[in-house]
Amino acid sequence: MKRYGTVTAVDGLDLKVLRGECFGLLGPNGAGKTTTIEILEGLLHADEGDVQVLGLRWATDAATLRPRLGIQLQETQLADKLTVEETLRLFRSFYPSGPTVGELLDTVELAPKREAWVSKLSGGQKQRLSVACALAGRPDLLFLDEPTTGLDPQSRRQLWEVLERFREGGGTILITTHYMDEAHAVCDRVGIMDQGKLIALGTPRELVASLGAEHVVEFALADGAALETPLLAALPGVRDVRRDETHLHLSTSELHRTVPALLDLLTRRQATLSQLGTHSATLEDVFVTLTGRQLRDE
Amino acid sequence: MLRRPSRSGTRHPLVELTLCRFREFLREPEAVFWVFAFPVIMTCALGIAFRSRGAEPIIAGVVEQAGADEVAAALERAGGFTVRRIAPDEVARAVRDGRAPVVVVPGSPPTYRFDQARAESQVARLAVDAALQRAAGRTDAFAPVEQPVLSVGSRYIDWLVPGLLGMNIMSTGLWGVGFSIVQSRTKKLLKRLVATPMSKAHYLMSHVFSRLLFLALEVLVIVGFARLFFDVRVHGSVAALAGLALLGALSFGALGLLLASRARTIEAVSGLMNLVMLPMWVLSGVFFASTNFPEAMQPFIKALPLTALNDAMRAVVNEGHTVAAVTTEIAVLAAWGLVSFVLSLKLFRWQ
Repeated sequence: MKRYGTVTAVDGLDLKVLRGECFGLLGPNGAGKTTTIEILEGLLHADEGDVQVLGLRWATDAATLRPRLGIQLQETQLADKLTVEETLRLFRSFYPSGPTVGELLDTVELAPKREAWVSKLSGGQKQRLSVACALAGRPDLLFLDEPTTGLDPQSRRQLWEVLERFREGGGTILITTHYMDEAHAVCDRVGIMDQGKLIALGTPRELVASLGAEHVVEFALADGAALETPLLAALPGVRDVRRDETHLHLSTSELHRTVPALLDLLTRRQATLSQLGTHSATLEDVFVTLTGRQLRDE
Repeated sequence: MLRRPSRSGTRHPLVELTLCRFREFLREPEAVFWVFAFPVIMTCALGIAFRSRGAEPIIAGVVEQAGADEVAAALERAGGFTVRRIAPDEVARAVRDGRAPVVVVPGSPPTYRFDQARAESQVARLAVDAALQRAAGRTDAFAPVEQPVLSVGSRYIDWLVPGLLGMNIMSTGLWGVGFSIVQSRTKKLLKRLVATPMSKAHYLMSHVFSRLLFLALEVLVIVGFARLFFDVRVHGSVAALAGLALLGALSFGALGLLLASRARTIEAVSGLMNLVMLPMWVLSGVFFASTNFPEAMQPFIKALPLTALNDAMRAVVNEGHTVAAVTTEIAVLAAWGLVSFVLSLKLFRWQ
């Protein structure tokens, strides 16, 4: 548990990350992801509770633990006027063992940029350098806090490849993100956090399946027409009905039956659609179903 | 000893940290200007303004009125004067702005207008008086034997250069260390570094050590320039001067660490630095002797690190003393450095 004044940032989190897996902490901004990860990294102290990392505790084993972790922080800006190679050489010097600077450069595909100043790198290159710094001590456990926030899709994919290579070497990853596709792409298991609490835990597939509905139908009605919730809930296949300001969302296990039935209902009520769409259920829908809120930008 | 044998050829973290600090500094053109160019420009400007002019004639003003020609003729006969004619309504201004440090109003007896508070004006008045008295018939009781001493080392510029050196060691020590630490803190780089197994003491030491690399250059540039252009000589041992500069740099580097140990913004640390440096610029005898301040303040002034550094360097440079003569100053500097470093290790805010 971690409190800031009267605000409890992380509350009763009970979580185990298995060796060799990639575990994702998901949640909106302010959910307590960063606080959780920084407690695990030994940068913050939990006010209550027991934290073990690699079977060790910060209070007693910090000196043994520190060299075995690779850490990437959310807001770190590395020194602008050092080159990529100089930065890696510096971080590498802090660890008793690890790959050479050349190997690190190859791992994150920055070898062509080794002479470039950090200030001249693109956002994606900076993040890969930041991950390379985290890998400098050949860690057993890698912590990544929103490593791809603000990156373009290609840069994100490049970073995922770096993580994949790290895992092939037997490493464990704990990553926080608010991108659902990222969680799907790189995580074996995810925990969804909201307001300091863990509200769901499992593989991405399990969590989506727990909705009991593989698809979501989203639609909006023209001319301010209205449909009552019980009427929609009674449509074949529908598991859940949700409204926001503009749209209605139906979670369904049988898209092929729900959509025709919905269209029938609309015809009978002489309502006109202004919009209609469907998508496969995602972790985003899991979050929305559990909390009634959107995951991002609130 | 600092080189750890390793397959991947990694250097000791303290070496890497120091090198990185050094490179970052060199890649900051403004910093290079303030450390190297600024003190040289300062030495140059002050050296020209206060260059030795013992052999120059005394300027004597004579008010443009009846009898002016006689006075001017008398002064010219005496020799050593440059006579300047001054309009009657210009007298006060001519004395004030130094155009004529003394102005003679012809008459019987003549009137001398001069500024009592200015040594230059006093001297001019005495010289003019002696010349006019002799012209009027006064005879000297005896003719003294004059032996002018022309000692390099007693000019203002000789006195000034060690002070400039001290000031420079102070300001680059404080700025060089404080600024980069606060910048690293605001960029969360400090937080990232403590997330590695890096030793915190190594990090703090690297800032002080990287200062030392520059120190050698700084001292060479200033001392070399002063020697070449103003013939300022180091009368004591160069090793003693180097030792004092080293101690000063360590001490001010540590003070810089202390000032930066908790500041979260560049503005905050700049304010703190100025607060600490400004009194020392004034009190510690950079441009004028600290003995100008009242006796009651002297113990306080002597306890300031810049006073200790300046006094010690002047003793070595100007008077040719050995380090044995400045042990008190050395103790003061060492105490400042040690206390600052220990305090900053305790107070330092890493996140």
